[in-house]
Amino acid sequence: MRHLIRRLSIYVLAIWAAVTLNFFLPRLAPGNPAEAVFTRLSQQGPVSPNTLHALEIEFGVNTTDPLWVQYLKYLNNLLHGNLGVSTFYFPNSVSAVIAQNIRWTLVLLSVSVLLSFTLGSLIGVFMAWKRGSALDSILSSLMTFFYSILFPWLALLAAYFLGYVLGWFPFADGYNTRLTPGWSPDFILSAAYHAILPALTIIVSTVAGWMLTMRNSMITTLSEDYVLMARAKGLSTARVMFAYAARNAILPSVTGFAIALSAVVGGQLLVETVFSYPGIGFALFQAIQSQDYALADGILLLVIIATVVLNFIADLLYAVLDPRVRQERSA
Amino acid sequence: MTDASPLLDVRHLSVDYHSDNGTVHAVTDVSFTLHRGEILGIAGESGCGKSTLAYAITQLLGPLAEISAGEMLYYGAGRPHPVASREPCSPSAMERGRAASKADQREQRTQPALSDLPSPSADGEQGSREATGGLGVGPSALPSPSADGVGPLGVGPAPVDILRLSPRRLRALRWSELAIVFQSAMNALNPVMTIGTQIMDVLRAHRPAMTRAQRQDRAAELLRLVGIAPERLKSYPHELSGGMRQRAAIAIALALLPPIIIMDEPTTALDVVVQREILNEIVQLRDQLHFALIFITHDLSLLLELADTIAIMYAGRIVEQGAQRDLYRHPRHPYSYGLLNAFPTLTGEQHAMYGIPGTPPDLRQPPAGCAFHDRCPLAFSACTAKLPVLQPWPVATTQTVACHLYNPRLHATPPTTAEIAASYAALAEGRTSR
Amino acid sequence: MRQSPASPATFDRAAQPAWSARLGALLRRSWSLVTLNRKVMLGSGIVGFFILVAIFGPLFVTQDPLKYTYDLVAPPSPAHLLGTNQGGQDVFSQLVVGTRSSLGWSFVAGLIVMAISVTIGLVSGYFGGFIDDVFSVITNVFLVIPSLPLAIVAVQYFNRSTFTVALVVALTNWPWGARVLRAQTLSMRSREFITAAKASGERTWRIIFFEIFPNQISIVAASFITTTIQVLLAVAGLEFLGFGDQATISWGIMLNSAYTGSALFQGAWWWFAPPGICIALLGSGLALLNFGIDEIADPRLRLKARRAPRGKAATA
Ligand SMILES: Nc1ncnc2c1ncn2[C@@H]1O[C@H](COP(=O)(O)OP(=O)(O)OP(=O)(O)O)[C@@H](O)[C@H]1O
Ligand code: SF4
Ligand SMILES: [Mg+2]
Repeated sequence: MRHLIRRLSIYVLAIWAAVTLNFFLPRLAPGNPAEAVFTRLSQQGPVSPNTLHALEIEFGVNTTDPLWVQYLKYLNNLLHGNLGVSTFYFPNSVSAVIAQNIRWTLVLLSVSVLLSFTLGSLIGVFMAWKRGSALDSILSSLMTFFYSILFPWLALLAAYFLGYVLGWFPFADGYNTRLTPGWSPDFILSAAYHAILPALTIIVSTVAGWMLTMRNSMITTLSEDYVLMARAKGLSTARVMFAYAARNAILPSVTGFAIALSAVVGGQLLVETVFSYPGIGFALFQAIQSQDYALADGILLLVIIATVVLNFIADLLYAVLDPRVRQERSA
Repeated sequence: MTDASPLLDVRHLSVDYHSDNGTVHAVTDVSFTLHRGEILGIAGESGCGKSTLAYAITQLLGPLAEISAGEMLYYGAGRPHPVASREPCSPSAMERGRAASKADQREQRTQPALSDLPSPSADGEQGSREATGGLGVGPSALPSPSADGVGPLGVGPAPVDILRLSPRRLRALRWSELAIVFQSAMNALNPVMTIGTQIMDVLRAHRPAMTRAQRQDRAAELLRLVGIAPERLKSYPHELSGGMRQRAAIAIALALLPPIIIMDEPTTALDVVVQREILNEIVQLRDQLHFALIFITHDLSLLLELADTIAIMYAGRIVEQGAQRDLYRHPRHPYSYGLLNAFPTLTGEQHAMYGIPGTPPDLRQPPAGCAFHDRCPLAFSACTAKLPVLQPWPVATTQTVACHLYNPRLHATPPTTAEIAASYAALAEGRTSR
Repeated sequence: MRQSPASPATFDRAAQPAWSARLGALLRRSWSLVTLNRKVMLGSGIVGFFILVAIFGPLFVTQDPLKYTYDLVAPPSPAHLLGTNQGGQDVFSQLVVGTRSSLGWSFVAGLIVMAISVTIGLVSGYFGGFIDDVFSVITNVFLVIPSLPLAIVAVQYFNRSTFTVALVVALTNWPWGARVLRAQTLSMRSREFITAAKASGERTWRIIFFEIFPNQISIVAASFITTTIQVLLAVAGLEFLGFGDQATISWGIMLNSAYTGSALFQGAWWWFAPPGICIALLGSGLALLNFGIDEIADPRLRLKARRAPRGKAATA
C-alpha cells in the first residue's frame, strides 16, 4: 500500500507540474497569443463577458492581478472544469470539445495498446523460446525495422494501399458521416470499421517494442534457476513457458509501460491526424493550425492527465502481478 | 547400507561451453557409478565444473553448452523403488519413519526402519499402491509400455541412456526418477507462485489421476516431512526464511520420491546453524526414503560426515574417488589432501592447515599434463608432459586416483599421507620465509 | 593530501590502474566488441554511412535541392535519380542534403539527454539522501510526461523550429537514463576502488566522473541512442504534419510536402517513400547498436558464440 501511495503522490505532483506548465507557457511565450484570440473571437461574433473573463485568466491579459492571484484563479477555473473557449469550434467550450473527442481517442488507444501489448509479448515469448532459430532471426530483424518506423508515414502508406488502392478499409473519419452518431448497431459497426486502419498502424508500429522487450526479458528469465527447476520437474512446455518464465518476464514490460505509453500517445496523435480521426489528436492538430490556444492547452493537459492515470493503472497491475511488491509494502 | 546395484552410470562425460572468448572445457571425461541409496559426494573448488556436471545429468544445460562426449545410463526404470514398492509413501509410513529416525538418529544410518532389500514382486507393489491411494513411485508412474510400443524407459533392468531419450520420455523421467535441489532456493523457487502451487505442479504433471484434494494433502504432508508448517503452502518464497526456502525446495524434490536426488551446494547460502539442521534433515530423509543422493559442495568436511562415496574434481576432471573412510584416512591425490586440509574438521581433530597455493586453471586452456601441476607440491617432470588417468590405488581397492605418483613406471614409491602433508608444510614454509 | 605509503588505501589505489588506463582498456575492448558483435557491426555500419552522408553528402550534390524546374513530379531518371516533386525539385539531392538536419538534431538532443541523465543519475546515486529524494521525485514526474504533445504545444507558442522540438523531446527524455544510472551508481558506491579513491582524498567530482562514469558507458550509450531515435522520429513526425520550419530541408519536411501534395495518391512513390525508408533505416541502425550493447552488457542475451579453436583464446 505504501508503495502505491508513494506512486500516487508522484502522479499528483506530475499533474500539478503539467497544470503549472500550462499556466506559464502562454505567459512565457513571445508575442501576444491573447490578442490573436480576441481578434478571431470578435470576428466570429459577440463575445460574452464570461468568455472574455475566462480568456483573460487563461492568458493573463487585461489584468492587474499579481501572478499568484492569476495562478489561483486559473486553478479555480480548472477545478470547475473551465478550460476556456475554443475559437475553432466557437462557441463551444474547450471542455465540451474535448469531451466530444476524447471517447474516440480512448477507445482507439486502449484497443490498439492492449492488442499490441498482448500480441507483442506473446510473440516475444515464442521468439525467446526458439531463440537463435530462423523465426527468431527473421522476426528480430524485421522488428528492428518496424521499431523505428515513422507513425504517420506508415499511416499514410496504410491509407494509400489498404484504403485507396485496395479499397478494403475506409481511410478517413471515424465513422460513416451519413449516419447519425448514437448507439445504433449500424453506427457502432461503421465506427469499428473505420478504426481498423488507425488501429493497425498503431499496432504495427508499437508491437516491435513490446516484442523485443519481452524477448530479451524472457531470454534472461529462461536462465533463472526457477525456470531450470521447472524444466527439471518435467512440467509441460507450456507450463514452464508461461507459468514460470513468461509470468516473471512480463514484469519489466509492465514497468516499462510508462515510457512506452508516452511514445504511443504521441504517435496516436499523429496517426489520428493522418486519418482525420475525430479524436483529440486531430483536434489538437486543428487547434494548432488555427491558433486555437485554449483548445491546444486543454488537450495537452488532458493528455498528460490521461498518461498519468494509465501509468497508475500499470502500477496497480504490477502490484497484482508481483507478490513481492504487494507484501513488502504492506508489512 | 547401499544396495550394490547400480542406478546411474555416467561414462566419459565431457561438457564444453562455447563462449565468446573461447571454449570452456568445464567437464572432461568424467565417469562414476551411483548405486541405490548411496550418497555420492562431489567436492572441488569453485569453477571446477561441479554444477556443470549436475546440469548435464539433469539435462538442464543452456544453449551455449554442449555435451561433447559420453553417456549416462539409468538403471532405475526396470526396478521398483524399494520403499515405494513396500509402502508407497503413505503419510503414516512417512511419519513413522520420521519418528523412528528422530528417536535414534545415528543408528538409523546403518539400520533403517524400512527395509531396503531388493524389490518384492510387482503384484505386491500394485496392490499396496491401490490400497494407499495411488501415490506410488516407480515405473508405472511413467507412460505405460503399451502406449509406446516399447517400454518408455526400457523394459526390465536394461539401462536407458538419459542423453538419448526423446523429449517426451525425458519429461516423464524428470523429477519422478531424478530431482534436483539448487544452491540458492531463493533463485530456484518461482517468486510469483506459492510454495504449495510449486509442489502441486509436479503432482499435476506426473500424477494426473490425483484429485485436487489429494494433491493438497500430499503437498501439506511433504512440507511436514521437511519440518515446515503446512499453512506455509499459501506462502510466497519471499515470505519464508532462507532455511525454510531450502527445506521447501527439498520438499518439492521429494514430491515424487525419486530414486535419485542431486543437491548442488544446497546449504552453501545458509548460516552454519541452519546448514547443520538441514544436513541432519537430509540424512534422516535419506534413511527413511532411501533415495540415492549426489551431493555437490566445495566443503569437503561436509562430505566426510554425509557421504558414502566421495569424488574429488579438479579442472573438470575427477582426480580421486573412493569410499568416505578411505578418502578421509588416506587422501592419495595431493589435491584431495590440500582440499581436506583447507577446512577445519568438525570432529575437532587438530591438524595444521595449509591452503593450496595458487588458483584453479583457466578451463579454456587446461595446462598440459596434470592440470594440477603448477600448484602441486609434489610435481615432478612427468606431470607437465603426461595426463594422469584414474587408476585403483592401493591396487585392487575401490579407491582410484589420477596422479603419476602412483604410477610405478613414472615414480618409484608412492607417497604416504604424511609425506604429502610434509610437502605442503614445506611449501608453506618456503612461502613465508620468502 | 598524499598519505603515507603504508596506508592500505593507497596500496589498493596503486593496485587499481589509473582511470585513463582503464578508459583506454575499455576503448580497446569496445573496439574488439564492435567487431565481435554482429548487431553492433551492422548498426555502426548503417549509422556510420548516414553520418558520412550528412557530413560529405552535400559536397557531392550537383543539383540545388531547392531549385524549381519544369519537370514536375517526374519519375526517377538519370537526370533525377529519385525523380522530382511537385515543384520539380530533385528528390535525391533533397534526401542527401536533408540527412544533415535530421541526423544533426537527433544527435544534439541525444547529447543533451546524455548530459542531463548522467549528471542527475550519478549525483543522486552517489550522494543519496535528500538530494537523491528530490531528484527521484523530479525524475519520476518527468517520466510520465508525454513528449510529443508537449512538443506540439511548445511549437505553437514558440517558433516553429526543429530546435524547439528537439529541445522539448530532449527535456522529456532524460529520466529513463537517469533512473538506470542512479541505480548503478548506488550499487557501485560501495565497491572497493571507490572506497579507495575516497580514502586517498580524491575530489568528489573526480570520483564521480572519472571513477564511476567510465564503468557506465554502456548505459549512457544506450540512453544516448534511445533518445537519438526518439528525436529522429519526433522531429520527423512533427515536420510531417507541418510543424517544422519550411525553409529548411530535412526528411520530415520532404515528407510534409509529399503529404500535402498528395504524392501517394498521384502514384509518386519516389517522392514519398525515400525519406520514410531512410528514417526507418537510420533508426534500425541505431536500434541495432542498442541491442548489440544490450548483448554485450548481458551475456545471457548472446545466443550463439563464435567457436574459437583451442589456443586462440589466450591471446585475447
Ligand atoms: N554459461 C557458461 N558459459 C561459459 N562458461 C561457463 C558457463 N557456465 C559455467 N562456465 C564455466 O565453466 C566452469 C565450471 O563452472 P561450474 O559452474 O560448473 O563450476 P562449479 O564447480 O559449480 O563452481 P561453483 O562452486 O562456483 O558453483 C567455470 O570455469 C565457469 O567459468
Ligand atoms: S600428477 Fe604430478 S602434478 Fe598431478 S597431482 Fe600428481 S604429482 Fe601432482
Ligand atoms: Mg556451482
